[in-house]
Amino acid sequence: MGKTDRKYSYPDVEGHFGDFGGRYVSETLMPALIELQRAYDEAAADETFHEEIDYYLKQYAGRPTPLYYARAMTENLGGAKIYLKREDLAHTGAHKINNTIGQGVLCGRMGKDRIIAETGAGQHGVATATVAALLNKECVIYMGEEDTKRQELNVFRMKLLGAEVRPVVSGTKTLKDAMNEAMRDWVTNVRNTFYIIGSVAGPHPYPMMVRDFQSVIGHEAMEQILAAEGKLPDTLVACVGGGSNAMGLFFPFIEESGVRKIGVEAAGHGLDSGLHSATITAGSVGVLHGSKTYLLQDEDGQVKGAHSVAAGLDYPGVGPEHSYFQDAGEVDYVSVTDEEALSAFSFLSEVEGIIPALETAHAIAHVRKIAPSMSSEQVIVICLSGRGDKDIHTASSLL
Amino acid sequence: MGRIKEKFRELREKNKAALICYVTAGDPDIDLTEQIIGHMEASGVDMVEIGIPFSDPMADGPVIQAASERALANSTSVSDVLSLVRRIRSRSDIPVILFGYYNPFFSYGAERFARDAREAGADGVLVVDLPPEEAGELSTHVEREGLDRIFLLAPTSTEERIEMVSQNASGFIYVVSVTGVTGARPDMDYDLEDLVERIKRRSELPVGVGFGVSSARQAAAIASFSDAVIVGSALVRIIEGGGEERQEVLGRISSFTEELSAACYR
Repeated sequence: MGKTDRKYSYPDVEGHFGDFGGRYVSETLMPALIELQRAYDEAAADETFHEEIDYYLKQYAGRPTPLYYARAMTENLGGAKIYLKREDLAHTGAHKINNTIGQGVLCGRMGKDRIIAETGAGQHGVATATVAALLNKECVIYMGEEDTKRQELNVFRMKLLGAEVRPVVSGTKTLKDAMNEAMRDWVTNVRNTFYIIGSVAGPHPYPMMVRDFQSVIGHEAMEQILAAEGKLPDTLVACVGGGSNAMGLFFPFIEESGVRKIGVEAAGHGLDSGLHSATITAGSVGVLHGSKTYLLQDEDGQVKGAHSVAAGLDYPGVGPEHSYFQDAGEVDYVSVTDEEALSAFSFLSEVEGIIPALETAHAIAHVRKIAPSMSSEQVIVICLSGRGDKDIHTASSLL
Repeated sequence: MGRIKEKFRELREKNKAALICYVTAGDPDIDLTEQIIGHMEASGVDMVEIGIPFSDPMADGPVIQAASERALANSTSVSDVLSLVRRIRSRSDIPVILFGYYNPFFSYGAERFARDAREAGADGVLVVDLPPEEAGELSTHVEREGLDRIFLLAPTSTEERIEMVSQNASGFIYVVSVTGVTGARPDMDYDLEDLVERIKRRSELPVGVGFGVSSARQAAAIASFSDAVIVGSALVRIIEGGGEERQEVLGRISSFTEELSAACYR
């Protein structure tokens, strides 16, 4: 049952989610976006496209991922029953592969021989380089110079997979600048290049397309929880940077108003410190990277740098559909600090023997706050979006 | 009649393509920007395009991106740019086009921006990341204030998009000469003349060509088939290379724009 009688039908044909989204790009890119949208619409209507994606998701990425009942965590917190949707067990160690397989197969259909991508923590870069290797495409990954230092292991993984990693030295030298640089590459090489955006961000049709490819998380979780509990969960929790894992979990439940959805942003050193990535909870509406959405910006409309201990959340924008969900009251957005996330990182490792990504640890941290006051009849599903191996170095210097 | 339209009419009589020169406001400070524009005008530049700096200039190459960073290092805002336009307008009738990315305009407020830009004496607005599909709100206010709405077309633009831009634009149509970001290039390989002709079949507006013009030789070639030659990065590079030597920068800007202006006569 939805909150309203109508079915949820965003985006509209021009990529708007209410006031958000759209295609705020230079004219050079408009024909490319229109071409991409047509190719995607055509593919989406073709059964063989879905079959090919399903084949790779199952045989190559290891789907479906388990929905694991976290008994020890449930008992430790003493409230709601907690399930973990184990995206950390997917190939490459995070949910990012769901999207890169989808866009990679689309790239193949469109006959482009070169793939580019931006990456922050390196997870999307690794997932893109993986698919480029699988599909035998030339691959260039843009990564902020700061991030190449913080995430050396992932830089090595990408190179091993045959990708060229180009460090970006402009602006804040992080994810947003990597995205600017990838867009510039795409504008220049649009005729033979496919740009795989890693989150539900960017100009239309990316937010919709990435949402569709990530929705496999929520579809599987729905089927699995019905099998395990015979009912839908009470609450879904996921971390939000650009917001792709949260979108993937929430979207199949969007018309289920009885299921509460909570997106957890990174409060960094605290919302008052100015050093955070809590775009929705502490930002304002603006236009960045091709869509209208909540942003971290100053009073002159200049985009501010974001901060989070989790490089994958360190982004001053957020997917436009999340902005719509915020204003429409479909999802509750909250934030947790670096410190709380680090504590949750240790907690899950010790209690469940699962080392989560620092991004994911934000979702765990919020569940530690809400689960104890819920009843044991209630069910929470957390999107365990990625594994924490990549963060061992960062965490060991902070814990 | 608007200053842009008037200028194109005047130049047609002289058989000259308009020379439109770009400068990022506040690079490296707003006083030098004002002096640069004065020198440009004295050297035969017909219109100026003033860039409003933005933190994430996605469509620009490294030269203009660095100019934006220098301008933002001293916090150049939309208000600062409008004050600059007011000072230019108090002593000159040169057409002024404001160029930028949408977020600073959006943050300032579309209605307030259009009103203040008109009051300051600006003549046209070009927002790089605002194609006709998204331009609705800003365009409405810009049109109401009598300012020209300048849109881009690119080598990748289809006939459908040329038609859409023709329907929405005023002042002139800005053709991006290459698929790529801004930046001076030694050669431009695309068959621009054909693109300009395709646009002219659908629109009566003047057509200007920019992105990559870096020499008088190129300017002359473009002037032979288009109504305006737009030069940006090559000028910004002079400013970048000048460092603290302001008089030297002004001198080099003057001599380069004189050369470009001479090349625009057919």
